[in-house]
Amino acid sequence: MLNITEQSKKELWLRYIVLTILAAIILIPFLIGFWTSLLPTEDISKGSLWSTHISLDNYVTAFTQTPIIRYLLNSFIISLLTMLSQLFFCSTSAYAFVFLKFKGRNLLFYAFLATMMLPFEAEVIPNFTTVRNLNLLNHYSVMIIPFLTSAFGTFMLRQSFLQIPGELKEAADIEGLSHWKIYARIVLPYSRISLYTLAAYSFLTSWNQYLWPMLTTFSDNFRPVQDGLRQLQSQESFNNWGMIQASAAIVVIPTLVVLFFGQHFFKNGLNEGALK
Amino acid sequence: MEEPLNRKLKPLSNKSVTLKTQSIEKSSYDVNAHDKFYAWFFLGPSLVILSIFVFYPMMRTLYLSFFLTNSLGHPSVFVGFSNYINLLTSSAYLDSLTATLIYVIAVSILTLVFGLLLAQTASKKIAGINIFRTIFSGTMGVSVSVAAIFWLFIFNPSIGLLDQVASFFHLPTINWLTQPSWAMTAVIISTVWMNLGFTFLIFFGAFQSVPKFFYEAAEIEGLSRSYQFFHITLPMISPTIFFISIITLIESFKSFGLIDLMTAGGPNNATNLLVYRIYQDAFLSGNYGSASTQSVILAIIIALFTLIQFKLLEKKVTY
Repeated sequence: MLNITEQSKKELWLRYIVLTILAAIILIPFLIGFWTSLLPTEDISKGSLWSTHISLDNYVTAFTQTPIIRYLLNSFIISLLTMLSQLFFCSTSAYAFVFLKFKGRNLLFYAFLATMMLPFEAEVIPNFTTVRNLNLLNHYSVMIIPFLTSAFGTFMLRQSFLQIPGELKEAADIEGLSHWKIYARIVLPYSRISLYTLAAYSFLTSWNQYLWPMLTTFSDNFRPVQDGLRQLQSQESFNNWGMIQASAAIVVIPTLVVLFFGQHFFKNGLNEGALK
Repeated sequence: MEEPLNRKLKPLSNKSVTLKTQSIEKSSYDVNAHDKFYAWFFLGPSLVILSIFVFYPMMRTLYLSFFLTNSLGHPSVFVGFSNYINLLTSSAYLDSLTATLIYVIAVSILTLVFGLLLAQTASKKIAGINIFRTIFSGTMGVSVSVAAIFWLFIFNPSIGLLDQVASFFHLPTINWLTQPSWAMTAVIISTVWMNLGFTFLIFFGAFQSVPKFFYEAAEIEGLSRSYQFFHITLPMISPTIFFISIITLIESFKSFGLIDLMTAGGPNNATNLLVYRIYQDAFLSGNYGSASTQSVILAIIIALFTLIQFKLLEKKVTY
């Protein structure tokens, strides 16, 4: 008996050691980033990372001398509008695929499915020409309009709508509710977990867009934060490592906070999507 | 992840899709006269958007791939398959294809292995485990530009962390981003690090869903931990393993952001992956015909991998 507890104690210690090593690997880039964001750039470029001249000066510089706040605001507006419109258009499309009977429904659905196999990256050339011809370049709309809906979102919500018990729908039909009312009063509330998941996905996807905004926006007024950080790096401030790290921290801290508090929901939502 | 979940979840679910479509057909309800009207009303906006920004550009890209184009991107001379032949016989393109394959395979394997390792070590409920779980999922909140800044500093010659550590131990320093194979290594490491948060969360969820009595039975039988891992955990979560492989593979084929920020395809085109090449050829050199051909090849590769993985999925997965 004693032998077993001793062995499991050893095992426990081993587990903590492995956990700590893995945690260090994940954390080091964050920690180095945050630490250097507190140091004066002169110390960083001399290579003295153990400097004790800690201050928030880099953050003050980032806030006052770069458009980082504007970039964040742009990203927020773009991601929020994309999210809301995807929630609406994906859910109405999914409703049509599940609850409406019409000719060519399956064919259309497979067309939706097929678009999920086509990478957006392979379509940027004609899409760029399209938005240029529509005079959308360098505006919020260029980063929202192509993503007003998504085949993926429609597919995900369709899977969720299919789980709605048939009795609910029958009851609604007997009540004589219109499709619009069934959609708003029965289907949406019933599938709210999937809607939250889609909301998180679409917001994050939009927030993390890189190639498309880089091609279509040329001014700080509309530039989202991913391309804003790229801009900061390529400007004359390139070697101002302290300020760049501070900007990165300003961008990443809100997402980490959201992730920390939303962790439980994320875990469930993701697995629901992954295993269905 | 750079473009987190768009278009990712479908391969797994195709099977259930057909099943469910059938079941709906069976439990057929009254055909409402208004259904057709509502269908157009509910689907119309999505159809318009997808037609303009997904269906049309794919056709247009395919069309352009058979033409030479002028500087505005308009097709000028029909050249049949010569864009394809030129590309597939050009050593520069084949090098880019090889580099992409190396990158994709390395990233996928490392993401899988480390993701499983993180989930396995964090799966047992011990004191303080929630702190580790939170840390492990941390990179999920990191976007591509932030990751690039973190890693550019770590790989920076002379002032970066790695070379400082190396010189502290009197080891030779490496010019990470200016030597071809090291630059590729650096980009792979950064990508895997970025992928881990998401991969961990998915694997962790899958591990939790394996019924506990399997392990209890194995304990009674006196089976070792590693035996349990390879003969219980892995088979039980094989659908998730395939899911993660598919999306990591596809996402890596589409990698652009980290390449643009960290190496710009260099040094010496060592990290000039497929999407970065398309961007360069189309938007920096104005060579739209060739770039369209490359886009078609990329789309075919991604569609093909999705299908191959899906076939494997049907055969090997234990439910």
